[in-house]
Amino acid sequence: MPQPGYHAPETVQQAIALLSKEPGARVLAGGTDLIVQMRSGRIASPLIVDLKRISGMIGIRASGDGFAIGAATPCTALKKDAAFAAAWPGVVEAANLIGSVQVRNRATMAGNLCNASPAADSVPALIAAGATCLIAGPSGERELPVEQLATGPGRTGLATGEFVVELRLPARPKGGGDAYLRLIPRTEMDIAVVGAGAALVIDAAGTCTAARISIGAVAPTALLVADAGAALVGSKFDDAALGRMGEAVRAACSPIDDKRGTISYRTDMAAVIARRAVAIARQRAGEAN
Amino acid sequence: MTKQFVTTTVNGDTAEFICEPGESLLDALRGRLQLTGSKEGCGSGDCGACTILLDGEMVCSCLVFAAEAEGRVIETVEGMADGSVLHPVQRKFLEHAALQCGFCTPGFLVATKALLDHNPDPSEHEIRYWLAGNLCRCTGYDKIVRAVQDTAREMRNERKTA
Ligand SMILES: Cc1cc2nc3c(=O)[nH]c(=O)nc-3n(C[C@H](O)[C@H](O)[C@H](O)COP(=O)(O)OP(=O)(O)OC[C@H]3O[C@@H](n4cnc5c(N)ncnc54)[C@H](O)[C@@H]3O)c2cc1C
Ligand code: FES
Ligand code: FES
Repeated sequence: MPQPGYHAPETVQQAIALLSKEPGARVLAGGTDLIVQMRSGRIASPLIVDLKRISGMIGIRASGDGFAIGAATPCTALKKDAAFAAAWPGVVEAANLIGSVQVRNRATMAGNLCNASPAADSVPALIAAGATCLIAGPSGERELPVEQLATGPGRTGLATGEFVVELRLPARPKGGGDAYLRLIPRTEMDIAVVGAGAALVIDAAGTCTAARISIGAVAPTALLVADAGAALVGSKFDDAALGRMGEAVRAACSPIDDKRGTISYRTDMAAVIARRAVAIARQRAGEAN
Repeated sequence: MTKQFVTTTVNGDTAEFICEPGESLLDALRGRLQLTGSKEGCGSGDCGACTILLDGEMVCSCLVFAAEAEGRVIETVEGMADGSVLHPVQRKFLEHAALQCGFCTPGFLVATKALLDHNPDPSEHEIRYWLAGNLCRCTGYDKIVRAVQDTAREMRNERKTA
């Protein structure tokens, strides 16, 4: 591959300056997508800006009632943070489905998000959880819901000079629970054919008071399916409500047809996987009550 | 592009090298430091033959830029044996014939040692998941899993008697 430049700035401002100066410059987090893509020739970048030496980029901290996850925090570190793992087990599990231990020791959720693969595993889980990303750039900071960052396969709405500094997750609501499941033909080291995330809130009577359902690998970007969540609110997860939830998921699917799954298989399985994710999230929400 | 000057620690010793900015750590270890134990099976993170520890965590060195190693601590398969005394993982891989061509072996050795450092008593299930990022096209994995289980047993017993 052609030789890029490599910089490891120590501040966010230095990183923004480097990224603004050189269009086509790329942010490096864990490198598990970037280096593979550079080596295969899929992307050529004149300049690599490594985020890992910027203070605050690695680690999870409390932010208000919730959590702020530095953009360069590897997936395996999420498991080691007891408070975060207890609050958002679905997010932690989703991030730790990525690749192998070797890959997860480097791979980040922000990289998973910014790589913008429709099949990125942590993204539906983040969407269900109501996560946002804090973006820094030449004109200051802005915060965006995770579901609005990717604009298509491999594409994001980040402007030149902008990058994600942290992911923000709310506190786990009282009676809340989340889950993410993916369908793969193998048990490890595979790309999701379908993925689904669910985050629910259940009251003491077992009635659903809030629900966010998301899907991955069945559309050009991971999606929040608002209708699917709405179908559950007010119900006690009876078959009719779950059926309407599944229909809303199916209606939101616009998958590709490839050797890993046909359009009809992916669409049918999206509803099945979403229903299973809801069952796990519901159990977790019940335990929290 | 300007070359990078990197100072790092490899298997306990300070190591310095000059590399291309886009060069992988695997290429630098093999080509600049002549540590050819780590292998390149794929160059894309799939096979684990290039597994090393970076600041104590196992990673694919093919997916790390050499320039990232500045000031970090690296451990490779070359650092496992104590002089001519093999590490228990290495000895058990030999005893159990857990290798044939041996190309995958350095990666499996480093990954197994990392596993047992984290978890001295892994179940077979845990062993297989931990090693999912290490591919072997010769052994069928069974002998590798047996070797890992036997190493774990021996290391636990040694700890008890120590
Ligand atoms: C063997 C293997 C198996 C894999 N398995 C899976 C899997 O099962 N599921 C899955 O979802 N993915 C998988 N992946 C893909 C990859 O590991 C993930 O997408 C990972 O989360 C990427 O994170 P990273 O930190 O390594 O990103 P990088 O490679 O560092 O970056 C990815 C892209 O995002 C950009 N970027 C990174 N961070 C930022 C930021 N903070 N702001 C702006 N842009 C940024 C980079 O410039 C680059 O374009 C696998 C990869 C490998 C090599
Ligand atoms: S050579 Fe690094 S994973 Fe295969
Ligand atoms: S022994 Fe040949 S690849 Fe494992």
